[in-house]
Amino acid sequence: MLTKRVIPCLDVKDGRVVKGVNFVNLRDAGDPVELANIYDREGADEVVFLDITATHEKRKTVIDMAARASEEVHIPYTVGGGFRTIADIREMIAAGADKVSINSAAVKDPNLITVAAQAFGSQAIICAIDAKHVEGAGDKWTVYIAGGREDTGIDVIDWARSAAQHGAGEILLTSMDRDGSKEGFDIPLTRAVARAVDIPVIASGGVGKIEHFAEGIIDGEADAVLAASVFHFGELSIREVKEYMRSQGIPVRL
Amino acid sequence: MAIAIVDYAKGNLMSCCRGMQSVGYDAVITDDPKVIVMADGIILPGVGAFADASATMLATGQMQAIRTRVADDGVPFLGICLGMQLIMERGDEGMPAGQWAEGLGFMRGHCVRMADVRQDGTKVKVPHVGWNSVRFLPGDDNPLFAGVPQDTFFYFTHSYRSVCEDEADVSAVSEHAECFPSVVRKGNIFGTQFHPEKSSTWGLQVLKNFGSLVYGH
Repeated sequence: MLTKRVIPCLDVKDGRVVKGVNFVNLRDAGDPVELANIYDREGADEVVFLDITATHEKRKTVIDMAARASEEVHIPYTVGGGFRTIADIREMIAAGADKVSINSAAVKDPNLITVAAQAFGSQAIICAIDAKHVEGAGDKWTVYIAGGREDTGIDVIDWARSAAQHGAGEILLTSMDRDGSKEGFDIPLTRAVARAVDIPVIASGGVGKIEHFAEGIIDGEADAVLAASVFHFGELSIREVKEYMRSQGIPVRL
Repeated sequence: MAIAIVDYAKGNLMSCCRGMQSVGYDAVITDDPKVIVMADGIILPGVGAFADASATMLATGQMQAIRTRVADDGVPFLGICLGMQLIMERGDEGMPAGQWAEGLGFMRGHCVRMADVRQDGTKVKVPHVGWNSVRFLPGDDNPLFAGVPQDTFFYFTHSYRSVCEDEADVSAVSEHAECFPSVVRKGNIFGTQFHPEKSSTWGLQVLKNFGSLVYGH
């Protein structure tokens, strides 16, 4: 039986992890590849490196990171952030990334998803969606781009459907309302997107305690759950999260 | 020579190569039929669509080189994901309706899109992405999986599946909407629908076993 996935996310700037990481026995707490390797050994199903490097010149450091990860990390890994063209994507996949996640550039030109999926297969192309609830509008969310600074006014459900039709292999759905809040995933949002598309949905944004992981799968109907800080600060280990999920009847790889 | 990882101009081959090297075997990425035909063992990795891969392999001479080296000379062959599907005679992914692209033809059978509805009417998602368990059939003694426990999880990402006409070729199966072959084996020819190079510890064990099949140590 196909298991539900637990995915730690590492924020990377200029080739270094930016959010705090709290593990014992680390040689270098800022090295994303060493951290990903530890998550692999702890039983993570995949790893996401989210690149928040501001300048184009320093993108080279992220390419180097992806290449090193291909030597040391033996689970699938995704690199997200800053892809604008098919050439950017090609460079990252050639370096060794299994998947790339595209956000703003796909909203501006959905055809980029199609071209990338034709070149590398749908399995390699994740459409990342940053969603924010529209105040006073019930179950309605709009798509934000440019790192959450710009409201496009596009309906999240419509965009998720469109991204799938354009050939995206998965959707990485982040609730901006919940991100960093530790209040748990936005369940109505996650469920609405999961029901709208036939491709896997990764829930992201808001995990603060262990119960939230199971909620994202059971109530949110997500195929995978992504979290950052609860893992980095050692509040929860991948293993205890998966054991808890299994105790709730969720199939996981242990 | 070394183990040849066949490059048919699609996607990520680096992780296969790194995987083999990390378990102690020499591997080279090559698109050259002259190299393939001299290789100690051959890995055909899997990314992209059947029709594209088939067309590229035919046009470059890779198809014939692999057939010569594997079927005639008998060197160990491992097809991964699409590479396993290409072991079959034909596939329809990326072809106009009713038409088939040519595979290596090492096993009798073909490749089709996976079902997305279970027998009880419930739906599953295709592509089949994530970690699924692999169940070896009774009496199977596939040396590629020496030391690997029954029902171990491996990483899959695919939308198409093989249909084997000779049941004896199916070594192990996995479940999605329906049961499908996740490992095939016929003599020196092996295929895994999942990605051993992305399946952590047990995946590396499979690559290591392939290396020892090639080199006898």
